[in-house]
Amino acid sequence: MSAVQKEIRGEVSIRRLSKAFTLNDRRLDVLKGLSLDIRSGECLVIVGASGSGKTTLLRILAGLEKADAGEVDIDGRPVAGVGSERAVIFQEPRLLPWLTVLQNVTFGLDVRGWSKGRAEAEARHYIELVGLADFADAYPRQLSGGMAQRVGIARALTVRPEILLLDEPLGALDAMTKIAMQEELSRIWREEKVTMVLVTHDLEEAIYLADRVLVLPKTKAQPPRLIDVNLPRPRERSSADFVALREELLAEFGLH
Amino acid sequence: MTIQDVETSLVLGADGARTASTGAIGARALRLAGELATRFGALIAFALLWEYGGRLGFLNAAVIPPLSDVIAALWDGLVSGPLREDLGISLTRAGIAFGAATALGIPLGLVMGQLPAAERLIDPLLQLFRQTSALALYPVFILLMGLGEASKVFVIFWATAFPILLATIGGVKEVDGKLIEMARVYGAGRLTIFARVVLPGAIPQIFVGLRLSATSALLMLIAAEMIGANHGVGFQVMNAQYNFQIPLMFAAIILLALLGLAANYAILALQRRLCRWNAAG
Repeated sequence: MSAVQKEIRGEVSIRRLSKAFTLNDRRLDVLKGLSLDIRSGECLVIVGASGSGKTTLLRILAGLEKADAGEVDIDGRPVAGVGSERAVIFQEPRLLPWLTVLQNVTFGLDVRGWSKGRAEAEARHYIELVGLADFADAYPRQLSGGMAQRVGIARALTVRPEILLLDEPLGALDAMTKIAMQEELSRIWREEKVTMVLVTHDLEEAIYLADRVLVLPKTKAQPPRLIDVNLPRPRERSSADFVALREELLAEFGLH
Repeated sequence: MTIQDVETSLVLGADGARTASTGAIGARALRLAGELATRFGALIAFALLWEYGGRLGFLNAAVIPPLSDVIAALWDGLVSGPLREDLGISLTRAGIAFGAATALGIPLGLVMGQLPAAERLIDPLLQLFRQTSALALYPVFILLMGLGEASKVFVIFWATAFPILLATIGGVKEVDGKLIEMARVYGAGRLTIFARVVLPGAIPQIFVGLRLSATSALLMLIAAEMIGANHGVGFQVMNAQYNFQIPLMFAAIILLALLGLAANYAILALQRRLCRWNAAG
């Protein structure tokens, strides 16, 4: 190892994070005093019932929403708004319909002032990585839901984020496409060595992808739970350990 | 099998094949004819009825002269008669007004669409102005600007500016906020978001406004020229009628219809070029 140690990248520290919404004159605590460290390069999956604040937490990490109290630090620097070390993949692909796949994927690089040639070379690499090399010149309306989402993933990867934030990225896909995309996400995460924070309501998806699963309770009286997933990769969905862990997570939701 | 048998069967076979291929060509020609008939049949029937209605005696040829006379009048009018000058004057009036309405309406709409507060404030006024017929205001414009070019151009401008402005505001407001958020995540500033998300997203709606406006531009042009003008295609419709130059009157009417078709086609062609992503197929 060289004398100059590689700087630790993509490490998130969350301290006493709180966020409340007001709904029909009632105060609703969505996050209450949440503290959590996300390790560099890990895959943390956040699960929880709807209204448990999982998407809110992700949006705060993305810098799209502000917390009422508490701090988020990324690699030691406090988060204030969006940042170039983070990329977000939403439930919808959010492609610009008037741009081709290639032009959509270069979008993030264009915004950052890359030259067209360099941006396109970079984009083509990631378009290939998500298996859409033959569709670089297609328009979004010509793509299936799964393909469009893969374009969104390629676009996020081109900006070489340290942290990839995914908000139910596979939620709108059919069951078969979903499984294929979970395998793809797992492969991309390993190849890109990126810190991944993924929100889902699919427990199987959580176990398939996660190093650790954060379970956010619906009532803030209970503390959130962190569950380690110590299963070898690639994971076997029908293995006894996988199934046992799934039971354990179901029990967290009182569904046992 | 004798040689003769073979020959017969060969000939028969060849013959059969030929019939089949002529049959295929015939079917294709028939299909093409059918398509043409459905596309232009009504138009051709209308033209024939017009042409021969007078000659066969069930149309009064003095009021509705045969189509061929009208086309001849149109040709003469454009080549050596008054229509060429009228067309130039009319196109200038409509062009200046439509151009000014576009040049003002689109930028103003783009700004207002992004400022919800300003838009809310001005919207009731815009709705009122839009619902006030420009034709009803024409006497007011004549009072203010006289009976010259200014009032004519302004009444057309008035009628065209609102559809463009309102369509542009609508187009900007309808741009998906999720796309804007996506751009924000990649670090895009206000200007980049405007240029790369809001403007292209609003373009289809803007074109809806442009096409609406082109139609009302021609409508207002004709009305303004009929009321107080001594040149222009709209004037010529009235003037030819007064002078009982009925073929010329119809020629001017046809010219106006062609103008409308051409304007619509030109805007559609531009839209297709700019919105290739939106095309079907």
